[in-house]
Amino acid sequence: MIVDHRQHHLESVRSVLSTVIYPLQFIANLPLSVGHWASETFATRSRLQDENRDLRKENLLLQGRQQKLAALEAENMRLRDLLDSSFKIGDRVLIAELVAVDMDPYRQLVLLNKGSSSGIYKGQPVLQANAVMGQVIHVNRFTSSVLMITDASHALPIQVNRNGLRTVAIGSGRINELELPNLPNNADIEIGDLLVTSGLGGRFPSGYPVATVTSIVREPGEPFARIKAQPSAHLDRAREALLVWTLQPPEQSTDASEPETDPEKASATITEPATERAE
Amino acid sequence: MTLSPRQGTFVIICTFCVALLLAILPLPDWAQMLRPQWYTLVLIYWVLALPQRVGVAVGWITGILVDVLSGTLLGQHALSLALIAYIVFEMHLRIRLFPLWQQSLTILVLLLLEKLISLWVIGAVAQPTPPLTYWVPPLVGMLLWPWIYIVLRDLRRKFQVS
Repeated sequence: MIVDHRQHHLESVRSVLSTVIYPLQFIANLPLSVGHWASETFATRSRLQDENRDLRKENLLLQGRQQKLAALEAENMRLRDLLDSSFKIGDRVLIAELVAVDMDPYRQLVLLNKGSSSGIYKGQPVLQANAVMGQVIHVNRFTSSVLMITDASHALPIQVNRNGLRTVAIGSGRINELELPNLPNNADIEIGDLLVTSGLGGRFPSGYPVATVTSIVREPGEPFARIKAQPSAHLDRAREALLVWTLQPPEQSTDASEPETDPEKASATITEPATERAE
Repeated sequence: MTLSPRQGTFVIICTFCVALLLAILPLPDWAQMLRPQWYTLVLIYWVLALPQRVGVAVGWITGILVDVLSGTLLGQHALSLALIAYIVFEMHLRIRLFPLWQQSLTILVLLLLEKLISLWVIGAVAQPTPPLTYWVPPLVGMLLWPWIYIVLRDLRRKFQVS
């Protein structure tokens, strides 16, 4: 049965069962959602006004930046046309809310309140307002579970924003830490470097911020430096998430044997023992 | 026993639902480590009390539901819960006679066994090994057993589940 699951034939069974137990999850989420509803309903007038003013200000700022972005985007496309390289930008997004339900405490999973009825597909990237959060691993009718980038079985192809150095960020199992295990000691990387998605795995769109480097330990005797990074997303405090459809649909990347990690060189080394045993 | 022999299916299902609900109820981080295996405790009680009705099959179904709820591998909890149900079923005459504290110790062993099987499955599919706090819930479950036992027994008598 477990072997069968490794080959993902039971995904539909799981989806049906979770529709059956959706009421349970709904009830578990109820106290928190009632709390939020109450705090919104009974908010004072002045606080709402303050909030409204702040939001309007922020909106103005963002719109200003958006104007520049449109021009830059057009310019970028023109330049790329000159270079004859195809490149797609522009995504469609959907906002989903987190369901306040505890899942396996030793894995970094969260549940979203949108499922296949909203068109969500397996392997879809999930973002937060300012950074990458994770990817969808199970899709049910009304919910979907998301594996966060800090889960120990997750690997994310990234590059250093400063110089384009490519590598893979692997989750550490702790909510605020990523590891970059395969950069050599002389790699050009510094504390404070911003890491962005490289888009190489074919699953995440390129150019979204992921993390900042927090510590680098270079042992002369070791072949690789020990580099740690902190995710830019507030993974433990999120209430909402953005689901992204890249305009260029992925060529059914689910057949790439391993759903939880990106088909990348480093993740292959991690998942190899698993596939061996499953066979 | 003068009533119809099958009564109170609803009560049994309700207790399992409450146990599953407790298993996914959001808790603060420190309390998450201490969350006992509610569904296992309830399953053990019902197998002890009504071995002719609740057995391996119920354990297996509960386990599958737990797997779906917690997003683990489908069958991980089902395997361990079915095994637990079988062991309790084999030993229910003996365990019933134990005083409560001795029962608690037996329950501790069973809960540890469930965790051990889960750990074995986790290892077999090469997921990362959980830290030492993984072993705390059975201890909490052991301490909770007398209360769960008494509450469920009263429920059973009140609704005359047989």
